[in-house]
Order: sequence, then structure tokens, then C-alpha cells
Amino acid sequence: MIVRIATEGQYRLPDEDAERLNDLDNDAVAAVVADDEDRFHEVFEQMLDLVRADGSPLGDDELEESDVILPPPDTSFVEAAAEFTGEGLIPD
Amino acid sequence: MPGMSGRMSTVIKAKINKLLDRAEDPGETLEYSYQKQMELLQNVKKGIADVVTSKKRLQLQQQKLEQQVVKLDTQARQALSQGREDLARTALERKQFAQDELQSLDQQVAELESQQASLIEKEQKLRGKIDQFRTKKEVIKAQYSAAEASVKISEAASGVGEEMADVGMAMQRALDKTENMRARANAMDELEAAGAFDDNLQLGTGGDDIDRELHELTSQSQVDDDLAKLKAELGSGTTPDQPSLGSGEQERPA
Repeated sequence: MIVRIATEGQYRLPDEDAERLNDLDNDAVAAVVADDEDRFHEVFEQMLDLVRADGSPLGDDELEESDVILPPPDTSFVEAAAEFTGEGLIPD
Repeated sequence: MPGMSGRMSTVIKAKINKLLDRAEDPGETLEYSYQKQMELLQNVKKGIADVVTSKKRLQLQQQKLEQQVVKLDTQARQALSQGREDLARTALERKQFAQDELQSLDQQVAELESQQASLIEKEQKLRGKIDQFRTKKEVIKAQYSAAEASVKISEAASGVGEEMADVGMAMQRALDKTENMRARANAMDELEAAGAFDDNLQLGTGGDDIDRELHELTSQSQVDDDLAKLKAELGSGTTPDQPSLGSGEQERPA
């Protein structure tokens, strides 16, 4: 599976990581909903670490569409709250 | 999609796809798509140039502030040696203010430097993907039937399109941050124009706006410490580095 960390790059990950990544993703959104900034950063860092540690970077000559795209690593809690909860979801 | 049914990755993917759709109308011809990729590459170069310009400007301010710190320190010594503690205090307050600004400038310059490096890396990556796209489209055109080629090309295009959207996002974030710093740099220039770091220290008129602002901004205790240190230095008889400027007028009557 191909995972992109937005503004950073693409990685190729074993498919087994998908479930773990989804769980963490759900936890991250739950932390945002619960207004728990520390928890959000903790979980988000775990996601980034998982992708960077388990994945191998895609070469510049590979043209692949990502299966999963994570937010930019420097996403702030305020941005996350605006993007991932309530009416901020899929803004037009 | 109401409430919290979304995962972060789903939301971000939708966002990227939206950027991608704008950049990559399926009806566009190959050459037009390729041309758009080259345009974006030019934009990224411009974005990098903007970051460099902002950085240079901040570095110029750093230099000015460093000179001011030295100058104000000398002035404080001179004032104190002439028994003008009030003047010395004002000079030290301004020095403290300049030092605080300097510290925050250091941070901003470091941040711009890392943004510059990351944009340069992105530019190279995008260039690699575009090259690959160019090669691939020629191969595909030669090897596949029209129908197959169209599918293959659209796969390759979505790969490079996603990269384009991502570079666009990285550039936007870098420029947003640069914009904030630029506003701050402007404010600094205005402060300077208003004489916040002026050498002509004049007291006795009850203090101007800048002085009042300075009093609020600076940490008073730090200034007290500096003043005490200076007094100790000047009063201890050793007078390690007596300011050489204007030494002929040292004994000016108060």
C-alpha cells in the first residue's frame, strides 16, 4: 500500500499496517473531538513514525497514486480541529 | 458527510483530490497537462525565491539589531559614567528590547531556512516525477492501443497530479508562514522608523510613546540587573572597558 504524508512524500508500506494506521487515525480524530491536544499530537506522531519506520520512500521516478494520505507533519491542533470535526469536514 | 465519520486520511485525500481535479481535468490533452506541470514547477521556483527574499530581509534586520545592541550598551556605559542613571536605564531598556527581538528573529530565520530546504527538495522530487511522466507518456503512446493508452496515461497523470497537489500544498503552507514573518518585519521597520532604536536618547520630557511602549515590553528586572552590573563595573575602579567615544566630554556638568 502507498501512503503519502502530505508535504513530505510517499512511502510503500506492507498491507498489514493498514489496520494499525486506521486505528490510530480513528484515535487521532477522537482526540480532536475530545479537545485533547496532547493526545492528538501523541497519536499523530505515532502514525507518522509508523509510516516512516515501516515504509520505504518512493523514488522520484515512480508515478503512483496513494492509497492513504496523512495530513502534513506540522499540522497544528487548531488546524486539525478545523479540518477533521464538525462542519469543517470536506469544506467547499 | 456529517459529524465525525471521517478519518483524517479520508479528509486529506478528498482535499488533495479536489486540488488534483482542478489541476487535472480528465478532458485535458496530454500536452496541456504537461504544460501545467511545468507551470507549477516555475511557481515552486518563485515560491523558493520568495522565501529567500524574506530570509534576507530578516537577516538584514538581525545585523542592524546586533549593531544597535552594541551601540546601546556603549551609550549606557557613557551615560552612567556621566552620572546619568536615567539615560543609562533607558538605553538598557532599549537594549533589552533589541535583544528580545533578535532572539525571535533567530528563530524565524532558522524556520525559513528549513522551509527553503524542504521546498528545494520538493522541487527536485516534482521534477523527477514530471520527467518520468514525460517518458512514460511517450512509451505508452507507442505501445498501447488508444483505449489502453488512455487508461495508462490517466494512471500516470494521477500519480504526478497528486504530487503536484502536494507540492502546491507545501508551497502554500510555506508562503503563509512567510507572509506572517513579512508582516512582522514590516512592523519592525516601522518601529525603527519611529525611533525605537534611536541613538539620541532624550529624557526629561516625560518620555514619548516609544518609551512607554518600551517600559511595557521590556523586563524591568533584567534592566535592573544590567544596570547594577554596569555600575559595579564602572564603580569598581578597574573600569575594564571605558567607552572611548566622546572621552573629551566625560566631565560634562549635569
